Amino acid sequence: MTAGTTGPGPDRGRLPPYDHSTLKSLLGAWALAACSREESLAVEVHLTDCASCADEALRLRDAVGLLHQEETLDLDPLLRSRVLSGCLDRRPARIPVPEWAGPYDAESARLDALLRDLGDGYWDAPVELRWYEDKRVAREVSVAQVIGHLCAVDGLVASALGLPIDELPFDPAQRTESYWATARNVPGAPLRARWREQSQTLVRTVSFAGHGTAGLDVGYGAFTLPLRDAFLDRAFECWIHAWDIAEAVDYPYDPPAPRNLNRMIDLAARMLPTAIAGRRRAGLTASPARLTAAGSPGRSVHLEVEGQGGGNWYIALDSPGAPATAEEAVAHVALDSVEFCQLAAGHLEPERIAVGQDGDRDVIRDVLFAAASLSRL
Amino acid sequence: MATPAPPRWDRKMQQRLARGEEAALGELYDRYASLVHSLAHRVLDDDEAANHITREVFGFLWENPDAYDPRRGSLRSWIAALTQRRAVQRLRHAENRGRSSQDEIEAKVREANTAARADFIVTSMPAPLRDALELAYFRRRDYRQTAADLGVTEDEARRRLRLGLQLLSTAMAPAAPAGLDGWQR
Repeated sequence: MTAGTTGPGPDRGRLPPYDHSTLKSLLGAWALAACSREESLAVEVHLTDCASCADEALRLRDAVGLLHQEETLDLDPLLRSRVLSGCLDRRPARIPVPEWAGPYDAESARLDALLRDLGDGYWDAPVELRWYEDKRVAREVSVAQVIGHLCAVDGLVASALGLPIDELPFDPAQRTESYWATARNVPGAPLRARWREQSQTLVRTVSFAGHGTAGLDVGYGAFTLPLRDAFLDRAFECWIHAWDIAEAVDYPYDPPAPRNLNRMIDLAARMLPTAIAGRRRAGLTASPARLTAAGSPGRSVHLEVEGQGGGNWYIALDSPGAPATAEEAVAHVALDSVEFCQLAAGHLEPERIAVGQDGDRDVIRDVLFAAASLSRL
Repeated sequence: MATPAPPRWDRKMQQRLARGEEAALGELYDRYASLVHSLAHRVLDDDEAANHITREVFGFLWENPDAYDPRRGSLRSWIAALTQRRAVQRLRHAENRGRSSQDEIEAKVREANTAARADFIVTSMPAPLRDALELAYFRRRDYRQTAADLGVTEDEARRRLRLGLQLLSTAMAPAAPAGLDGWQR
């Protein structure tokens, strides 16, 4: 101890004076080791004199021991359907969700969980939206804009159900642009809440309305889809855009449950004959059409989708109305289920996709290009 | 983590579950599954066991929507209490089949109960307190940096850290603190 230092402890003399209430206010920070060395020391010295602070300090220190890094234990996405079906086995629903709305219910819940895991720090992160218009098109938007896009186009379904919605154009791309313009200043969190509330309302509404609504027309501007297919279309878009977001922020995201994936593939397969006919009228196909008598089967392509959710489909080539049969198949094309979906979403180019093929090459090319043409903003 | 819903939401949810609305069950799951699963995981430290408890808790509520009385507290704390009870039961059952002594089992159960209560307190405390603890503990910021990060005075940062820990310390009380085993708000 050097001469001239006063006070009983070696350091006590050099400490700035802290009063009791300041020391008490420091107890939380002290317990967390979140104050300066000087302050810690002052607290510790004080604890030897002050029983009430010493008592509290001990309690707070123990409380720190209870803090626990919340493990980033994302729930297994498949747990939801297991839990819900377990519940429904124990007590069947009196007001069930129509089967065709199940994939949309599951996919919107999955995207919402992803957004919750990401938190509010990601709304401005750039996401590349891709689709196919005779060539690959890409556009960079933000995570918030992706949710705005989903919300805007889901609004078409809401409109068909008579729910109140914004007055925006019916064409999905124009509708999205208008929505982005009006919602430019809406932060991500309320946008997510708006999208989620609308998706829950849609599921609830069709549950109460029952199966009678399945055939209602949903207008998309240039075309319409029956409500049951519009729900599948929206489920598909929800998954694809959730995947876009996940990819942009480097997060894992699985494909839908096989049963739901199968229904989405089935919708794309059913839309293919009309898409092929449209491209043929526009002079975009490689294979010529053949006239078929009304009601008699025309040529078909055997589309074999492999992997989870896959199956076999026969696609009518000559007329969307003609029945497609295995007997009339002129080609066989096989590809993976998730890759088929990426193709139909415009994420994979038809020239680049790995397929097993057999039979008329031109016809196969037309089917793959028609699948890519199903994609849109 | 699930944010507390307004009381009206709880009442409405209970009515919808009682009506047998499948869509309501989905919404209930989406709001509370991560709370249920993480509490169960905290007690049982096993993913499969936590999945099992999750199935049990939602199954029980779907089958017995009237077991919850909205006048007595929030659905969220009721679900947390139910989860904790079921998870601790399972823990006790598993330990009883093992080679632990009765005292060891009781100590383990006590520890698991405290941990589950602490987690619930952290997720239920006002966001400003939780954010301050998050910065100081998990991100190792001192209270001055915490104050700057939160845009509050240093006094306020000290107050939040102390209050947050005081709330958390109630998890260690030998008797059940308010809002947990009993399920007042």
